[in-house]
Amino acid sequence: MTLRDTHVNMGHGGGGQAMRELIADVFVAPFDNPLLATMEDQARLPLAELAALGDRLAFCTDSYVVDPLFFPGGDIGTLAVAGTVNDLAMGGARPLYLSCAVVLEEGFPLEVLRRIVASMQQVAAQAGVQIVTGDTKVVGRGAADKIFINTAGIGVIARGIDLSARNARPGDIVIVSGHLGDHGAAILVARNQLALEADIRSDCQPLSGLVAAMLAVCPEIRCLRDPTRGGVATVLNEFATASGVAIRIDEDALPLREAVRGACEILGLDPLYLANEGKLLAVVPPAHADVVLAAMRAHPAGVDAAIIGEVIDQPAGMVFMQTGFGGQRVVDMLVAEQLPRIC
Amino acid sequence: MKYVDEFRDPAKARVLVHAITRRLDGIASRRQRPLQIMEVCGGHTHSIFRYGIHRMLPSTVEFVHGPGCPVCVLPMGRVDDAIALARQPGVIFASFGDAMRVPGSKHSLLQARAHGADVRLVYSPLDALQLARDNPRHQVVFFALGFETTIPATAMTLMQARADGVHNFSVFCNHITIIPTLRAILDEPQLQIDGFLGPGHVSMVIGIRCYDFIAREYRRPITVAGFEPLDVLQALAMVIDQIADGRCEVENQYGRIVPEHGNPLALAAMAEVFEPRENFEWRGLGSIAHSGVRLRAGFAAFDAERIFTLAHRRVADPGDCQCAEVLKGMIRPPQCRLFGGACTPQTPLGALMVSSEGACAAHFRYARHGMALPPAATTTSAATAT
Repeated sequence: MTLRDTHVNMGHGGGGQAMRELIADVFVAPFDNPLLATMEDQARLPLAELAALGDRLAFCTDSYVVDPLFFPGGDIGTLAVAGTVNDLAMGGARPLYLSCAVVLEEGFPLEVLRRIVASMQQVAAQAGVQIVTGDTKVVGRGAADKIFINTAGIGVIARGIDLSARNARPGDIVIVSGHLGDHGAAILVARNQLALEADIRSDCQPLSGLVAAMLAVCPEIRCLRDPTRGGVATVLNEFATASGVAIRIDEDALPLREAVRGACEILGLDPLYLANEGKLLAVVPPAHADVVLAAMRAHPAGVDAAIIGEVIDQPAGMVFMQTGFGGQRVVDMLVAEQLPRIC
Repeated sequence: MKYVDEFRDPAKARVLVHAITRRLDGIASRRQRPLQIMEVCGGHTHSIFRYGIHRMLPSTVEFVHGPGCPVCVLPMGRVDDAIALARQPGVIFASFGDAMRVPGSKHSLLQARAHGADVRLVYSPLDALQLARDNPRHQVVFFALGFETTIPATAMTLMQARADGVHNFSVFCNHITIIPTLRAILDEPQLQIDGFLGPGHVSMVIGIRCYDFIAREYRRPITVAGFEPLDVLQALAMVIDQIADGRCEVENQYGRIVPEHGNPLALAAMAEVFEPRENFEWRGLGSIAHSGVRLRAGFAAFDAERIFTLAHRRVADPGDCQCAEVLKGMIRPPQCRLFGGACTPQTPLGALMVSSEGACAAHFRYARHGMALPPAATTTSAATAT
C-alpha cells in the first residue's frame, strides 16, 4: 500500500488508518526486518542469541536535531543511526538493535522523510544493526522544527572487555582515528551564514566495525570515546579527570584537513572543539599502540589514524598541548558554545 | 597553509627567542625587576596564550595584557541598555557572537534571548542591514562594538543604509577609540610598563603617527605588531632592542598591513558618520574623556540612542573587582582576589574574564596551571611515533 499524501498532516499522528499506512509505507517497508514487520507494540529479542555474544548488555539513547537536515556527507538520518551505533561501540559493545522515534512537524514533505529513512537504513545495514521498533508523532506547524529523531540502541559487550574513561594510566598512548572537526566545519559551511565555500564533508559514519577490528588485536584497550559535541578537547579532559592523570598532545601530530584548518582560521574557531561524528579517541597501553594503529589504518574508517599524544601522571586532570610553534598551553573544557570573535 | 605557516615557523621562533634572551641578559644587571611589555590588543593576548609564547621566554620579561578587547570593556550599564532595546516589541537586535555572553547587571544577551528577546547573531554590520531589508516590519538594531578596526565598517553600512533609504535600520553605538585610553593608562602614577606592542588592525586604519606622543611625552617605546606568533615575537624583540639601546620610538613590525598614515578612505568614512563623545564608560577603567564616538546629527535617524528612550544607567563594577590593576600591569590575573573563584569564564564578573580575548579568560583557559606544567618535552613519543 503506498501513501497518496505528499506532506505530513495531523492525521498521520492520529492513531488511525492514516498513521498505520504512514508507518507501514515509510518506515516498516524500508527497514525491512522480521522483528519490525510483526508491528507489535514491542520488539521481542532472542535472549539466548544475545547471551552467546557476551556477558553484558549495553543500552543507550540519543536524540537528533540538526540544521540543516541535509549537509555534505550525511543527513539527520545518517546521524541518528551512526550516533547511537557509535555510543554503543565506544563501550566495546557489538551494536545489534535500534529503536526509531520520530517527531514530525505538520507539513513536512514525505519525500524528504523517505530520503531520511533511506539514509537510516543504509547506515544500519553498514553497521549490521536492525531497526526493530519505533514511534511516530505529528505536531502542529511551529511546534517542532521539521523533524526530530530519537534512537535507542542495544548491543552486547564480550566477556573480558572493560573500556572506561577511568582506565587511562601514565605511559598510555592516545590515538585518534582520522581527521578532526570535519562534521562541525561541514555544518558551519552548510548553514551558509558565512558565505564560505569549501569542500568539507561531514565524517558521519558508524564506527562499530573499526572498534571490533581494534579490540580483535588488543582487548586491553583502556578508553574509547567518540568526540562529538565539544570535540577532542572535551573528551581528553573527560579522560584526564576520570582517570586522575594528565594528557599531553602534540599539535603537529593532529590530523587536520587544510579546508577545516582554513575555515577555523577565518572564523577564529579551535578545531579541537569542533564536533566529529565518525571519529574516535582511543587510549591504549604503550606496548600495543603500534598494533592497534596498524589495525585502525587497515580499516576504511581509520585510514588516517594517528598517535596524537600520551598519558602522564601530573598534573592530574589536565590536558595540555605542545604547540607547533614551540610553546605549550592548556587545553581546557569548552565553557559554552564556541562563538566567532569580533576581530 | 599558505600565508599562515610562514608566520608560525618554530625554527624562526627559536632564533628570535635566542636573540631576545641575549638582549635581556645584556640589560639584566641594570634592572631590579622583569621588563613589563603591554600588548594593547586582545588579539595579541589570544596569540600569546594560544601558541604558548609566554612560556618560551625567559623570566626577565613579562607580558601585561592591555585594554584592547572591545567586548571586555563594555560596561554593564550599556549591556543593560542593549537588552532593553532587544526586548522592545518589533525589534530584532543584531549582535556579534562574543558580545552575547557579556553580563549586564542582571542578564546577558544570550539569557535575554532565552527569555524571548529576538537577538540574532551576525558576522558584520552589513548582515544586520540585510536583516532589515528582509524584515521590513521590524526595526533592526545593530549592536556596534569595537575600536577603529570595526568603526569604518559600521560607517560604510550607515552610509549605505542612508543612500538606499532603509528606514527600519539603526545602530546602538558603543564604538571606542584606543588613543585616549592609552593616555589614561600612561597617566597612571604607579605605572610599571616599560614598552608597548601597538595594536595591529586599529593601526591599519589610523596609521602609526598617532602613537608619537607615547615615545615623546611618556618616553616609552612602542612597536605596532601583527597577530601571528612570529609577528608577536619579532615585535617584542624590536621593543626590547629599543629599551636596550635607550631609544623611545614608534616602530612598525606589521608593515605588510599597516601604512604609516593609515587608510584615508576608512578615516574619511569615520569622520563623516561619527563624532567624539565627551566621555565614555569602560568596564574596569571608568569614564575616559573622548574615548567613545556617537553618530553625527546627519545620521540621527539611524541612531538607536535617539530613536529609543534608554535608561543610560551607570552600573558600578563589582566591589572586589581588580580589573583596573590588571589592565595597568600592577597585578597579574591570578593575583586578583576573584580570579578562578567568584570570577571564571562560566560566571565572569570582571571585564577581563568576559571574552575569550580578555586577559583573565585567556589566562584561565590556556595558562591557569602554567606553573604546574611539566617541562616541555623535546621529543614526545607522540612526535616520534607518527
